[in-house]
Amino acid sequence: MSDADQPKLFVFPRWSNLVIPALVLGAVAGMPYIVLLVGMIGAPSTLAVGYQPQQPIPYSHELHVNQLGLDCRYCHNTVETGAFAAIPPTATCMNCHHAVRTDSAVLKPLYESFRTGKPIHWTQVHDLPDYAYFNHSAHINKGVSCVSCHGRIDRMGGDGVYQHEELSMGWCLNCHRNPAPNLRPKNQVTNLMWGFDLTEDEAQQLRDLGLKDVKAGVDLTDEQRLEVGELMFKKHNVMDRHQMSDCSRCHR
Amino acid sequence: MATLPSDIAARPVIDNTVEDVVERPPAVLGGFGFADVTERISRVNENRPPIIWWFLLAFSATWMAILGGLIGYLFLTGVGVWGNNIPAAWGFPIVNFVFWIGIGHAGTLISAILCLFRQKWRTSINRFAEAMTIFAVICALVWPGIHIGRPWLPFWMAPYPNQMGMWPQFRSPLLWDVFAVSTYFTVSLLFWYMGMLPDLASLRDRARLRGACIASVAYGVLSLGWTGANRHWHRYERAYLILAALATPLVLSVHSVVSFDFATSQLPGWHTTIFPPYFVAGAVFGGFAMVMLLAIPAREIFGLKEVITVRHMENMAKITLATGSIVGLAYSTEAFIAWYSHNPYEGFTFMNRAFGPYAWSYWLMFSCNVFIPQTLWVKKWRCNMKWLFVVSAVVTVGMWFERFVIIITSLTRDFVPSSWGMYVPTWVDICMLMGSFGLFFTLFLLFLRFLPMVNMAEVKTCMPQAHAHHNASHGAGHGFVDQHEGEQDEEAQA
Repeated sequence: MSDADQPKLFVFPRWSNLVIPALVLGAVAGMPYIVLLVGMIGAPSTLAVGYQPQQPIPYSHELHVNQLGLDCRYCHNTVETGAFAAIPPTATCMNCHHAVRTDSAVLKPLYESFRTGKPIHWTQVHDLPDYAYFNHSAHINKGVSCVSCHGRIDRMGGDGVYQHEELSMGWCLNCHRNPAPNLRPKNQVTNLMWGFDLTEDEAQQLRDLGLKDVKAGVDLTDEQRLEVGELMFKKHNVMDRHQMSDCSRCHR
Repeated sequence: MATLPSDIAARPVIDNTVEDVVERPPAVLGGFGFADVTERISRVNENRPPIIWWFLLAFSATWMAILGGLIGYLFLTGVGVWGNNIPAAWGFPIVNFVFWIGIGHAGTLISAILCLFRQKWRTSINRFAEAMTIFAVICALVWPGIHIGRPWLPFWMAPYPNQMGMWPQFRSPLLWDVFAVSTYFTVSLLFWYMGMLPDLASLRDRARLRGACIASVAYGVLSLGWTGANRHWHRYERAYLILAALATPLVLSVHSVVSFDFATSQLPGWHTTIFPPYFVAGAVFGGFAMVMLLAIPAREIFGLKEVITVRHMENMAKITLATGSIVGLAYSTEAFIAWYSHNPYEGFTFMNRAFGPYAWSYWLMFSCNVFIPQTLWVKKWRCNMKWLFVVSAVVTVGMWFERFVIIITSLTRDFVPSSWGMYVPTWVDICMLMGSFGLFFTLFLLFLRFLPMVNMAEVKTCMPQAHAHHNASHGAGHGFVDQHEGEQDEEAQA
């Protein structure tokens, strides 16, 4: 082939030398980007945690639980026996509010609901997928506290309840594969403060279980919590990790 | 370009199927020179395609469109549109998957194993067979993708860190399948594409010289700046050898792993140690039948009888005969073990296959795969292209039915009569099977038209002109002693 023919043939233009660095750069920058995108931006811990919808009444758990001392089960009364923790009917509120703050502007929807018999449209905060079968009573009766999944509800005020945990499958499995750290005596399940600043009764219960160095007024260490959890694991007949993480445990 | 020594050019060879103890018969007939080979093969890409090509493409593309439409129907409706149900939860989709994966094996065998064994006749058909491998694996991959029930979640087959805290079941052969098949596809694709670089560069240069701009740029980009430099060839040969070595175990591993899907289960008729070798032999058998099925019309239509000669076809027929006989031995071994094991379930499975409700498919399989290919013992018949085409078609049908027999008869008759049932495919099953052939042939026809269907560069290396000094006296400066010894070994093998 003569030199005169050479320019006729296809040759890569000069700018195509940039393609390889561009591909390398794309791979180098693209990998962390995809990891970030999938692992952080799209993760339930980013998308779901902190979800705090506006409720029809700015009900404050902080006021009712922390200051007034209502037990969770006063309103969510089916939690020990049913799959669902009941949202209380208007009538439950009216036990007190027939007399308390009857002229409050924010409570108008409550009295409206009581008068008409139409329930208040609370917005659900903690929503699991329909293909995951979750049973509240199964958890409560094995000593899993409300606080493990819902966080410190007793500190959530008039802005409403927000989602504290990511409620993803991996998060569920973290506990299902190793439940002991989240187990406690059954009578302390609704005590969101359990383990901090122990009362004399709480300390006595722990001493009865065989824990040493437990005094009223101090916090439990992580090791002590685990020790209690392991005792409860046996006492409550919690299943072993293989059964607990079986697909059909939650997907039926 | 090397000039043709007159003594070689003058020697007319018409029948290269005759065994000559003195000299290996030429792989290319017709007194071709190097330029003739390039011309003859490139013109398939450069001239207008024959009318029959358009006709076949329209026909295949229609079936491919039907497949696409039915996949949409399946996704919108659910797997209930298929005949799959308990007990036969693996119906046509898995039959088709195993069938297509098997077809691909001939390509890898020709390109990798025959390359390592220096079987030079492979050069005329390897491109072709590798393309067939790629397209067959694509056809195979369709099935697990749409069979998973929730087709928007196929990425669950891959192990990746996820918020569910879940990994695929590493103890399951179905996951091994994912790795085996994806490795197979990647290596085959690389092998096919890398081997094509010199030929793509030829097409690029020819396209520019005849003024075809789009073709020149397209082939130019695809050929990655190949100039035919010494260094290019050196690296090419190295890379080709490395890929051949990588692909060689895949010929054996992929269908072995596919057979584990069955062999590791407890089901009578599946739970057999003979499955891996039996599946691999069957895959090569079915694959070579498919290569012949494609090659016989292609060499006719595109005028490549001098490049893909009768000898090539005969060699493939011999491999088909050998692997077909292995398959026949495997069938007989299954029957023998059914009796010899004294296992009532095994015995029942065999009796049910041979004389039960699907006996017709068993005997169809047996005659297509064992009896009819035995005619290839006769040289006259295996050199008769019409008969070879018929045998290839028959073997393709037979190998599809082999998978049907294995999957359907075992699933519909397991241990407990109360869980027995029958499997009947729906019209969707049948049309999707046809559609996968449509997809395969569409891809293959496009390949024939747009890519070099024969490895021009390598065919030239095994033409007599490339060894013009072969019969010359071993004078000073002769640097090919080793190669000669190698060639004599080949002759002994061939």
